[in-house]
Amino acid sequence: MRPNIRFAGDGALVVELGEKIDQTINAKVQALAFALEQGKFDGLVEVVPTSCSLMIYYDPLKTELSALKERLIALGERLQEFPLPERKVVEIPTGYGGIFGPDLSFVAEYHNLSEDEVIDLHVEPLYHVYMLGFTPGFAYLGDLPQKLATPRLKTPRLKVPAGSVGIGGDQTGIYPIESPGGWRIIGRASVTLFDPAKDPPTLLFPGDRVRFIRI
Amino acid sequence: MEAFRILQPGFLTTVQDRGRFGYQRYGIPASGAMDEASLRMANILVDNPEGAAALELTAQGPELLALADLAVVIVGAEMDPLQDGSPVPLGEVFVIRRGEVLKVQGAKRGLRAYLAVHGGFDVPLVLGSRSTCLPGRFGGFQGRALQEGDILTSGPPMRRFHELEGRRLSSAYHPRWDQLVKLRVVLGPQDDRFTQEGVETFLSSEYKVMTEADRMGYRLEGPPIAHRAGPDIVSDAIPPGAVQVPGNRQPVVLLADRQTTGGYAKIAVVIRPDLPKLAQAKPGDPLHFSKVSLGEAYEAFRAYEEGFLRLRQEVEQKRGRKVYVFLVEGERFQVEVEGKGL
Repeated sequence: MRPNIRFAGDGALVVELGEKIDQTINAKVQALAFALEQGKFDGLVEVVPTSCSLMIYYDPLKTELSALKERLIALGERLQEFPLPERKVVEIPTGYGGIFGPDLSFVAEYHNLSEDEVIDLHVEPLYHVYMLGFTPGFAYLGDLPQKLATPRLKTPRLKVPAGSVGIGGDQTGIYPIESPGGWRIIGRASVTLFDPAKDPPTLLFPGDRVRFIRI
Repeated sequence: MEAFRILQPGFLTTVQDRGRFGYQRYGIPASGAMDEASLRMANILVDNPEGAAALELTAQGPELLALADLAVVIVGAEMDPLQDGSPVPLGEVFVIRRGEVLKVQGAKRGLRAYLAVHGGFDVPLVLGSRSTCLPGRFGGFQGRALQEGDILTSGPPMRRFHELEGRRLSSAYHPRWDQLVKLRVVLGPQDDRFTQEGVETFLSSEYKVMTEADRMGYRLEGPPIAHRAGPDIVSDAIPPGAVQVPGNRQPVVLLADRQTTGGYAKIAVVIRPDLPKLAQAKPGDPLHFSKVSLGEAYEAFRAYEEGFLRLRQEVEQKRGRKVYVFLVEGERFQVEVEGKGL
């Protein structure tokens, strides 16, 4: 598929590789990010991969836009030549319910399940990290069992503690730092997801796999 | 060396440089000075690299006790400084002596000013930048706004103060405080998610800055902007100056501490040379957006960058040196000619 390029102001553009949250599309996004970094060009500032698109920040004084577009289209057509590096599987020990998961009972009631059934469903999949965003180190994990998809809070909480495991629509994720948040909190993970003293500063990267372990 | 002790922190005083690049993929905001132009001009005047760390002062300035002799400049909002009670000009380098108190007053016009010191403020580099990331609580001075009793250090002076004292911005570089803040935008990346009428409304109406206006972004209020089929997109990355329109159809402009990604359609992006004007806008100020082509945006960006080169030439030449700065394919070359013959 020919990527769709959208301009985003005077120093950024978005390369769209699809229009839905899908592992095949996401793999292409990561391959394109990887390919661009392999063949770094002078005006490249940084790339930000998301679920199905890649933002490229560039310096317009050092970048010939038509050449960049051609390069992106050419790379988009031969992404299979850039095999992604091996990604890791990360196990996340998580305490569910009680003070750690104030919304567990709501999620159970909403789906007519017991709390234990919700936990069993949540620990079952091997989740795929589609992207990081929202706050430092926040990983968007897709492939949540449909039976657990739950709408967000109408009014977000002003403070969600670091480590909180939440469900937002059909995605799940872990809050790396204390922040406001509107996802339904079902548990608390005992891992450090973001440490600015480390480089790279996050535990998870796009393409990693995550499994929650009930403790 | 110890430079200042904070006697009063002011409304919101943080250490900022030009921002943190290369880490947005980890969800880490770019941060950096909201009014990048004022930061760079302040640094040029005190002979720092343009991206050296300075203090970003907001609305009400701080009161600082000098712990050493320092060459200082304040550029940006009209926040009149007092040196031991006597007024000192904005946009002009002055020398403050150890034991003197610098008090920066409330902003009469504009919202943010930058206090730069020769040698630059010396806080640890975190992920390549000295900027404070307020949402992530790291970087800058201990990841937070300055408080009473904090001690800031600066790098050692490389020049004699008499070489710096009195250097000032020529009138071409003075801020213009227009009643209506005019911002140029490039439409997209998702202008196709709005009705034709929605785009026209956005470009023809006046929007006011609401009270929810901070380093993350400005909420605006004005005629509603109609989406074609709802505000939601699959989340993508958010560039600085992006104008997002959520379900309430009121625009939000995302700025330095913005989240790196978001799920609302973005009708347009404010061009970077105009972001400093927006950073100086206060709640209640009226804004107007006008469309430019990408080519026009690039031209504006080139002119903006050349402005900093010219300023450096101007201030250097006053020191009796000839300095020539060239921009060749985006690379900067500086040639200095110094000698008795000049």
